[in-house]
Amino acid sequence: MLMKGIQMDLISEDKLEGMTSMEKVRLILDEVKSGKILVLEKGLTPSEQNKLIELTMVEITPDNFSGIEIESYPVKHGSSFMGKLLGKTTVKTRLTVIGPADQLKTIKKDRDMISALVSTH
Amino acid sequence: MGIIKKMKSKFKKKRARIGIYGPPNAGKTTLANRIIRDWTGDAMGSVSHVPHETRRARRREGVTINANGSSVTLDVIDTPGLATKIDFHDFMALGMNEEDSKRRAKEATEGVIEAVKWLDDLDGVILVMDATEDPYTQVNVTVIGNMEARRLPLLIVANKIDLPDSSPARIHGAFPQHPLVSVSALEGQNIDLLYKEIADHFG
Repeated sequence: MLMKGIQMDLISEDKLEGMTSMEKVRLILDEVKSGKILVLEKGLTPSEQNKLIELTMVEITPDNFSGIEIESYPVKHGSSFMGKLLGKTTVKTRLTVIGPADQLKTIKKDRDMISALVSTH
Repeated sequence: MGIIKKMKSKFKKKRARIGIYGPPNAGKTTLANRIIRDWTGDAMGSVSHVPHETRRARRREGVTINANGSSVTLDVIDTPGLATKIDFHDFMALGMNEEDSKRRAKEATEGVIEAVKWLDDLDGVILVMDATEDPYTQVNVTVIGNMEARRLPLLIVANKIDLPDSSPARIHGAFPQHPLVSVSALEGQNIDLLYKEIADHFG
């Protein structure tokens, strides 16, 4: 029996680290526009989130694509010993779920849990 | 003018440019109107129950706020609501015809891009949240992440406390690392407290 459903791709931190910001944003939009749900082991930086929002807005069309649903946890700030000496902090992004706005709906989200509903058209 | 005075004037901090951000219908323009009206006598823009009423950023220069014995002069930018999805059907459900809904949706997407671009040119942000809604939205996470990455001051406004379902405590629990003021921009509740916080954080 042929199984029907929605494809979900889980992308590792290693793969994401080898990509540029634009490559990540392009990958996300292409996959989400084709109806997939993406789970990123390591999320996007704030500037990458800006790029994603901007490009999503550019690609919205009335009858085909109404945007994305994206959920991630707030970033964590850390500081290494050298970082402390230099007054620099590191930003640690966290797990992120992204899907087409008409198929992925967040039910509930708090600091450490995301609950979402995935639907077919 | 003496040398010290000259040096002071040369290095005097420029007027802070503060953006009012938040998701659609959080009450950004209502708040901007109240601030501008209280301190200049004018208004900023129109408000509506239909989301994305503000689709172009508006700037009001030189708004001087006096609170708690200190004075701060700001350029206030009221920005379009940030969103990751805009569906024209949502406007039709609120009574608009298809043509107007599609036009509003198109303008709203442009407004979101404009709001994101403005983040590069600000000295601080007032992030307005609807205190009756879940605060863990991507828009809130993105704006806060941007301000933290740039080490710029951020003041959270928990708006709509005149509504019975409002819960500023839920917002504070979500983002405890940032200062928060609970207000009703519509009714003016706690607005003096907001001005004090603005003077403290952006002065």
